[in-house]
Amino acid sequence: MAYSDKVLDHYENPRNVGSFNKDEKNVGTGMVGAPACGDVMKLQIKVGDNGVIEDAKFKTYGCGSAIASSSLVTEWLKGKSLDEAMTIKNSDIAEELALPPVKIHCSVLAEDAIKAAIADLRQKQGQNGEADACTAACKE
Amino acid sequence: MTVKTPIYLDYSATTPVDQRVADKMIPYLTEFFGNPASRSHSFGWTAEKAVENAREQVAALVNADPKEIVWTSGATESNNLAIKGAAHFYAGSKGKHIITVATEHKAVIDPVRELERQGFEATFLEPEPNGLVDLEKFKAALRPDTVLASVMFVNNEIGVIQDIEAIGNLCRANGTIFHVDAAQATGKVDIDLEKLPVDLMSFSAHKTYGPKGIGALYVRRKPRVRLEAQMHGGGHERGFRSGTLPTHQIVGMGEAFAIAKAEMALENARIKRLRDKLWAGLSEIEEVYLNGDLERRVPHNLNVSFNFVEGESLIMAVKDIAVSSGSACTSASLEPSYVLRALGRSDELAHSSIRFSIGRTTTEEEIDYTIALLKAKIGKLRELSPLWEMYQDGIDLNSVQWAAH
Amino acid sequence: MSAEAIYFDHNATTALDSRVLEAMLPHLRNQQGNPTSRHSFGRAARQAIDLAREQVAAAVGAHPSQVTFTSGGTEANNMAIKGIAATHTPSQVIVSATEHPAVSRPAQSLLGRGWKMAKAGVGDDGRIDLNALATLLQQKTALVSVMTANNETGVLQDIPAIAELAHRYGSLLHTDAVQALGKIELDFNALGANAMSLSGHKINGPQGVGALILDKRVDLQPLLEGGGQEKGLRSGTENIAAIVGFGLACELAKRELARHAERISVLRKQFEAGLAELGATVFGQDAARLPNTSFFALPNIEGETLVMALDRQGYAVASGSACSSDSIEPSHVLLAMGVAPEIARGAVRVSLGARNTAAEVESLLQTLKNEQLRMKRMAAVAV
Repeated sequence: MAYSDKVLDHYENPRNVGSFNKDEKNVGTGMVGAPACGDVMKLQIKVGDNGVIEDAKFKTYGCGSAIASSSLVTEWLKGKSLDEAMTIKNSDIAEELALPPVKIHCSVLAEDAIKAAIADLRQKQGQNGEADACTAACKE
Repeated sequence: MTVKTPIYLDYSATTPVDQRVADKMIPYLTEFFGNPASRSHSFGWTAEKAVENAREQVAALVNADPKEIVWTSGATESNNLAIKGAAHFYAGSKGKHIITVATEHKAVIDPVRELERQGFEATFLEPEPNGLVDLEKFKAALRPDTVLASVMFVNNEIGVIQDIEAIGNLCRANGTIFHVDAAQATGKVDIDLEKLPVDLMSFSAHKTYGPKGIGALYVRRKPRVRLEAQMHGGGHERGFRSGTLPTHQIVGMGEAFAIAKAEMALENARIKRLRDKLWAGLSEIEEVYLNGDLERRVPHNLNVSFNFVEGESLIMAVKDIAVSSGSACTSASLEPSYVLRALGRSDELAHSSIRFSIGRTTTEEEIDYTIALLKAKIGKLRELSPLWEMYQDGIDLNSVQWAAH
Repeated sequence: MSAEAIYFDHNATTALDSRVLEAMLPHLRNQQGNPTSRHSFGRAARQAIDLAREQVAAAVGAHPSQVTFTSGGTEANNMAIKGIAATHTPSQVIVSATEHPAVSRPAQSLLGRGWKMAKAGVGDDGRIDLNALATLLQQKTALVSVMTANNETGVLQDIPAIAELAHRYGSLLHTDAVQALGKIELDFNALGANAMSLSGHKINGPQGVGALILDKRVDLQPLLEGGGQEKGLRSGTENIAAIVGFGLACELAKRELARHAERISVLRKQFEAGLAELGATVFGQDAARLPNTSFFALPNIEGETLVMALDRQGYAVASGSACSSDSIEPSHVLLAMGVAPEIARGAVRVSLGARNTAAEVESLLQTLKNEQLRMKRMAAVAV
């Protein structure tokens, strides 16, 4: 399988790998996918008092495209408000990374991870969030 | 370290043609180019003589009579011919039940599936967790109408060696035709068809340092086994398989098998040392699992699952070595290896398996490099893995409610 | 084998072109890699096959996706005939009376499965009788198979007309073009056939490789299953070196066709002028034929005897198709053309190739003349 240079770059040098303490009030955690499907993404965002995403981290069990998709969104998330973050679409990710059709599900998973992390944060902070945004995975 | 990368460790997918084999083939591409079926001139006779010499070389490796060797275009065709040919020929007298094993190569499974569509009934035996067929279960699966059983000698993914003699004896006692796919066995295990109760056996040249596009089917003469031909035409190969014989490829297969016969004892001892070294190194990594029995296994094969890393990213990480995740023929799909699933491995472990297959030109330096590479890359991928993190935090992954599964 | 033997049996097989050998050698000598494998070795093998597929397609005016590689012409024929039959409810299959066994036998093998087989007769020129074919087609017929060029006589069939006729009756047409490739212009779309068989070793390519060109609208059940190579149409690890060789042989055949065909037809003209002086009958002489083939009989000389005599003197010719050269039956092709069995037994095939020269043809004619004289003398003594 031929990977694009951008996928290879994120795969070789993943940005923002790691974890925050998920119990902290300003940390939202999204975990999507399932091991049996070959993809699990954990995406965490840390939000400042102004509601802007200050930092993001990820860990991903998955193929190179899944790793690149999650690495890319951690870069995109920083500095965005939650509402802005909600507008990130899987098609933007797929386009940026030049994902082939068989790898589109990786970008879908990354979008779902963002939504899940934001939902988790909003729930913690007493706002209404979507309870379960995980719709991707296991579509192969 | 001064090893040339990528390192080829995929000898079970295909082997390079041995230089000695290529040297034997080339004259039959140039000066001796005749059609072995041409009976009216010396060009044809020379080609025919070369074909018959190669037939003797192939027969000698497996202690068969040259008359029992039928040339085909490869093991896939041999398997198709054996399975469909025997099932069709004997269905009327014996019945329409077939036994095979869930871990067979697709070139056995797919023809059996096709026979199912034609009204045959098939039992796909599940092997034990070590990959071997349980003889009692095999015996229990045999029925009075079991016309054919097909069990591979050596598994292409996990390298385990089935007890062909015992399975064959059960088939004999039941009057069942017994076919064995030996594509992965030649040059790796001793095969004596005078002793083995096997009726049909498939061979491939390109897994044993011969050329691609040529194989053979052993068809027992005593007691005589008959087949319905699958390729009709000029009546070559005593009607079993029509089509102009590719002389140079046949010459190559003969030479490759002659070399295997002469050198396999020494070569297998050397390869086993390398394989054992590889396993010793890899098993120093936490949470690795060997797939398939270690003892009843060809020395060339090591199949290992690395827990908490994903298979495709693993293959990407180790692109300095050419290996397979599962069999080459299914690697275009994203499904986990059905062979490993049949052993009861979880999808995750099946996904994260690597088949290392060692061969004639593998060096100790290459093995050292591979061990070091795997240690480094597995470490890096686990840094990235949320599953590894959860495992280290003591979370039982089976207790987790995964989303959208 | 005597090094000086002169080869006049190019319809049986041809010598490998040295340029083709050069292209094949790296794949025989140096390269590891199963084209299905995803690592770099496997990808290199895949690319080589893709190029060959384009070369084969270009040689016959087809699209690369219409090319399925096989182990040779026989497999391509079996695949087309049995594969098409398997996806149709049993009806009738029609083959011409002059087909190679690699077409007639697969067709025969359908007989036990509810199929009927009919043979379309040919005229004394070896060409299919279209009216007789139309009559046969009035019975529901799934498939017609007619060879583009006959291996023994070289006679060409009017494939576009036969395709048109078959399609008018709702039948598919397969054509075995292994003898036509490289000797005449071949355009899959212009022929109008739904499937076409090709072979490598008849065009100075390697033995053990061929292709089926297939109209993708035709539903076809594979002959070989397991592994799913060739988009599931033909399983089995690809024979890379041979495929690469076949690809280049096709490209060369296309590029050099005009020059080759002209040169060969001049030689054949020379040969047949000589044959006329010897009183020979050339079968199918008045029909459109391949430019390289002469199937002939000298009066009162048994073909097998003549072939053996020629072999002893260093000329490789054939008494019929290589596959049936074991049998002493007269050629079924000639019998179908209405040739009397005693004349058919005298048939000898000379098929010219790229390396043959006018001097070689002249020496063959001289030898034939001497043999004719010698046998006449022997016959006289015997009487």
